[in-house]
Amino acid sequence: MTTPLLTLTGVGKTFASGTRALEGLDLAVRPGEFVALLGPSGCGKSTALRVIAGLASPSEGTLAWDGCAGGEKPAPGRLGVVFQDPTLMPWASVSQNVRLPLALTHRTAGADERVAAALARVGLKSFADAYPRELSGGMRMRVAIARALVTEPALLLMDEPFAALDEITRFKLDNALLDIWATLGTTVVFVTHSVFEAVYLASRIVVMTPHPGRVAADIANDAPHPRDERFRTSAEFAARCRTVAAALADAMGEPPP
Amino acid sequence: MSPTVSRTVRRPEPPSARAANGLRDRPKLGEIAPRVLLPLTALGLGLAAWEAVVKVFALPPYELPAPSLVVETLIADRALLLGSLLVTLETAALGLALAFVGGTALAILFARSRLLEATLYPYAVILQVTPVVAVAPLLLLYLPQPLAVLACAWIVAFFPVLANTTLGLRSVDHGLVDLFDLYGASRRARLFRLELPAALPAMLAGLKIAGGLSLIGAVVAEIAAGSAGAGSGLAYRIAESGYRLNVPRMVAALLLLSLAGVVIQAGLSLVAWLTLRRWHESAIARER
Ligand SMILES: Nc1ncnc2c1ncn2[C@@H]1O[C@H](COP(=O)(O)OP(=O)(O)OP(=O)(O)O)[C@@H](O)[C@H]1O
Ligand SMILES: [Mg+2]
Repeated sequence: MTTPLLTLTGVGKTFASGTRALEGLDLAVRPGEFVALLGPSGCGKSTALRVIAGLASPSEGTLAWDGCAGGEKPAPGRLGVVFQDPTLMPWASVSQNVRLPLALTHRTAGADERVAAALARVGLKSFADAYPRELSGGMRMRVAIARALVTEPALLLMDEPFAALDEITRFKLDNALLDIWATLGTTVVFVTHSVFEAVYLASRIVVMTPHPGRVAADIANDAPHPRDERFRTSAEFAARCRTVAAALADAMGEPPP
Repeated sequence: MSPTVSRTVRRPEPPSARAANGLRDRPKLGEIAPRVLLPLTALGLGLAAWEAVVKVFALPPYELPAPSLVVETLIADRALLLGSLLVTLETAALGLALAFVGGTALAILFARSRLLEATLYPYAVILQVTPVVAVAPLLLLYLPQPLAVLACAWIVAFFPVLANTTLGLRSVDHGLVDLFDLYGASRRARLFRLELPAALPAMLAGLKIAGGLSLIGAVVAEIAAGSAGAGSGLAYRIAESGYRLNVPRMVAALLLLSLAGVVIQAGLSLVAWLTLRRWHESAIARER
């Protein structure tokens, strides 16, 4: 088995308010995996993602990165994050927004080509000079994805990126994301509260318990790729969703659906 | 029977094509006309009534000059008055520019250090709430007149810039702060790429208020200096003409002072619009 890219051991997070968001979270993410973090609202998925991204520090436990000495974080740009909102700079054009990670990490060589390639990957090539307010919600999200991809990160973290979008757009972006994952080989940790989305996208589904958050079930989702609309409507998909939904209900202490 | 599905492929219009179609965002002539014509009609009627009152009651110019006489004075004294207009505009603009630089710099320092803010902010407030009319004579005592006038313009314009920029620097989107953290952004990059652009709308709003105030500050100082002073701005012309009972010139100078205020406001509105038109709600016409 390959060495994990990232290992969380006994991670806990208590906020100043006294809320225990995470407790004893153990998780190892191997290179090339597409991990879906699945759990009910408020179970600490976002908190776990922020801890991984280094935007929040764990109250206890450790976070170890492959190739980094103990306690060290990976270099800026090795990590891409897509938040629940697109969080674009409204005063900057689409291409300036996508270029930001390159500018902040001083990767000026070939920046134009990288920005163009990242925009092409999300199908926004002709909107490079548009401003965020001139785009639809789905297009803004795609800009955020292009921005996260522009440094060619080893790990892509996504926090319910498509939750606010309509179903048609969400399905489209699901497919775009799978395509990117397949071509770039980026490791992905994807937070979601949708069983269907988790089963459609992930190669592995980690179900979390609420209050405090920890891993309740770890389900391999080895349905073959490429996955498409046929998979979404197949009996196999439905069966896998039932399994995951049962695990989720179990984690929440409810009878299975 | 299977339903017929007609497919029309529509390519998204690239933004460049939309920009070329520039007329679309402009208000229509039908909307502009009343907004320009109505005030102009009111002005014409008012002036006619004024002129008529002066003629009918045969009022002497030192009691009430007719509009026609004011215009005549404006033309006759144009060298003197236009020179004064330039001096006033220059003072107000320079005071505003210094207030902008100083206010912005101090706001940036405040955003860096809460300690500094806690120490100095009360004095900025005191500077603001003390009426500048009362401060002017003191400044005139210590500074040469042009400098005292400039100082007054600066004092009143400083606080709106400071207060608005401080607020603006604080209203940075937390999501963007996270993003900058993630990529290990330097302080410099944070300031120039995140904090200042985010603060821009608030800064420009502050600047608009400060623009009007800087003119008031300059005028107040010249009036305070009065005929004893050696000023050459419009306010000095008003004070001087007042002592000589040259009422037509007083009104003419007042007219130009209003014009100066309009010029400053229009200039700042233009700057705000040029800066924000692509991205900020305040500068964008809603499309329906
Ligand atoms: N900054 C904070 N301060 C205090 N408590 C917080 C903070 N952020 C999150 N929490 C608490 O931690 C718990 C987990 O929050 P988190 O945002 O990680 O949940 P989530 O699983 O992402 O939920 P959702 O699906 O609704 O986004 C919640 O009970 C929340 O109230
Ligand atoms: Mg969340």
